[in-house]
Amino acid sequence: MRGRPLLFTSYESDQSMLNTTTKRIVMLVFLGLLVLLPFTGGGGPGNERLFEFNIPFIGFLSANDWLQLMGTACIFAIGALGLNLLTGLAGQVSLGHAFFMGIGAYTAAWLGAPEGPLLGLGLPIWIWLPAAGLVAAAIGVFVGPTAVRVRGLYLAIVTLGLVFIGEYVFRNWRSLTGGSQAGRSFPRLDVRLWKEETPIIQTTQSGEWLTSSGKGFLFLLALLVVFTLIAKNIQRTRVGRAFQSIRDRDVAAEVMGVNEFRYKLLAFGLSSFFAGVAGALLAGYFGRTIPERWDLLLSVQFIAIILIGGAGTTSGTLMGAAFVIMLPRAVQNSTEWLKSAVDEGGFIAAIADPIVATSQTDFGIVSTLPGVGPGLSVLQLNQVIYGLLIIVFLIFEPLGLYGIWLRVRNYWKGWPFTY
Amino acid sequence: MNETLLILAAEGGEPSKVAEAVAEGLSLGAIYALLAMGFVIIFKATQVLNFAHGALSALGAFLVASFATLINFPGRFMEGAPEWLQWTLSVIVALIAAALVGMLLERLFLRPMVGEELFAVAIVTLGIDIALRNITNDWIGTDSRPLGDPWGTNVLDLGWVTIAHTEIAQIIVSLILVSAVALFFRSRTGIAMRATAFDQEAARAQGINVGRIFSISWAIGAVLAAVAGIFVSVFPRRAAGVDPATAFFAFKAFPAIILGGLDSVVGAVIGGFAVGLAEAFAGEFITFDFLGAGFGGIVPYLLMLLVLLIRPYGLFGTEEIRRV
Repeated sequence: MRGRPLLFTSYESDQSMLNTTTKRIVMLVFLGLLVLLPFTGGGGPGNERLFEFNIPFIGFLSANDWLQLMGTACIFAIGALGLNLLTGLAGQVSLGHAFFMGIGAYTAAWLGAPEGPLLGLGLPIWIWLPAAGLVAAAIGVFVGPTAVRVRGLYLAIVTLGLVFIGEYVFRNWRSLTGGSQAGRSFPRLDVRLWKEETPIIQTTQSGEWLTSSGKGFLFLLALLVVFTLIAKNIQRTRVGRAFQSIRDRDVAAEVMGVNEFRYKLLAFGLSSFFAGVAGALLAGYFGRTIPERWDLLLSVQFIAIILIGGAGTTSGTLMGAAFVIMLPRAVQNSTEWLKSAVDEGGFIAAIADPIVATSQTDFGIVSTLPGVGPGLSVLQLNQVIYGLLIIVFLIFEPLGLYGIWLRVRNYWKGWPFTY
Repeated sequence: MNETLLILAAEGGEPSKVAEAVAEGLSLGAIYALLAMGFVIIFKATQVLNFAHGALSALGAFLVASFATLINFPGRFMEGAPEWLQWTLSVIVALIAAALVGMLLERLFLRPMVGEELFAVAIVTLGIDIALRNITNDWIGTDSRPLGDPWGTNVLDLGWVTIAHTEIAQIIVSLILVSAVALFFRSRTGIAMRATAFDQEAARAQGINVGRIFSISWAIGAVLAAVAGIFVSVFPRRAAGVDPATAFFAFKAFPAIILGGLDSVVGAVIGGFAVGLAEAFAGEFITFDFLGAGFGGIVPYLLMLLVLLIRPYGLFGTEEIRRV
């Protein structure tokens, strides 16, 4: 149907994930660029890569630290896809995502970490990664009945309680978690067939074509694609429609034959599965984590991701994850840029001066000075911006980044007309 | 629940331990009750579940620390006055400032959300919490800030049990504030607030300025939170003063409001004391070798889960009527 991209002649084409040619092409190019990214920008010892050239405009992303950040974003995206199923689709507000991530992480540690002073069996990733998800899902289904009985804001507080209980258990179960503030090492993201010495895919060592950050990023990107497909398919089939009907009006959904209890439990289980996998990946990606990592702030981060991205939308969730994870880096870079602008003087310095504090006695909203000084530290500024973003998005753009994208797209679709 | 704990304790421990746990539990419960009452008043009047309560209480305590010790206002203008009077006046000024902050937050961030989903509004307060907490923590810095309270570390020694003066003050002040709130609900504004809680539109149709009621309830909530914040930041809980961890204390008031039911002020007070006592007794008498210390800290949450299993809308909350 060339020239009439929105004319669908079958239910399948109407419901397909990428339902227009443009979407298909754009997605292909986008994925292609992401895959190409870690191979480019080589040069210098310790940074050997397949190509030396940089992709225009997004070339800076091929630096190792950016690749690591994007890998983290992939992990958070996997976790957020799970929360999106529960909160965005089924409408059950959960602040307990960090708890399930912690369970996934420690399951992975028990099964995957090498035998040592702490619990660990040294099994390969194809066992510990699914197991992390399954154990988290099992616990999700186990606490589900309590959670299903309470609704609305009561549920938010119950899941909040889960996080605190979980944090307590994680802090005190020393033989598994290493104990408060000490932490333990987690199995890295290396693929082995069994317990052999050299892994088949080793993401922690640089190779000839890729650095370790590049390998890690590609590995996580592949996983993210798989989980996105799963989440999207849940969303657009029977189960997803049942979730949405419960979200929109639970009594009406039950009248229509949707078993509310079963589907809410299913939503909890699925969301916990995603969370468990994300937790195991997160811990394994960084290699070492303390029990305090799985706290309320992590849960809030996930809530922020789906709200900033756009609740109930898969693409919005992915955008939100990238946005929330990249934000700290963006804040830091712009602070440093403003600081250098103040040092150089000129027109921008006049604007930048009241924002950045450059000495102990200077006034400023943010400072890069070490220790306690005037103004917020970059980390604190991050958090403040983060809180304000949640507020601003909820008040002005409840559909999140997805909503903004929708408006931009519709503007250009109708251009030069406004409708 | 608490009676059984009491009996358990009495059988297994010395009476002085029980008495100390009771004192500790009552003073903890007083703080929880104050926090929970603020939560419930805001929730009932404005339909907002306020996650920023902890940040408000830390901010309130910080304001007290600032007014009482840092800039010594209004004490610097009245040198002859006794110390406790200067401190009380500083606290009153700080509480007024806290009330203003509460009203400002409501006007700026929550008024635009009127009529939105309860969940979305709750998450807005989560955003406020993050922003406010970090700004407060930046002002506090890495050290604790002493509040300069007149009680200090004095204790009342009865021979078989010692009770801190602050604990007695906490219980008395919270009882005064609870009765003050109960009396307030009988005043003209209080009746208007109850009407607003019942039905915002109908209240409006009766000529009640609903926006003003929202402001007032946030002011009350912020003041109650600030008072709780003061008590969290003094001996014996945090003798050094208000610090970045103060804000997290309020999360433990959630079990109290859930226990009592989200929309019951009486329930909030009872829930607060019940949770405080349970925590104190568990902290004193229950230790697991396997799970280490600090078990008392999560008893409120376990209690909350237990109650919700039996009554999903709390002990005193109204059951939600579901219709299509």
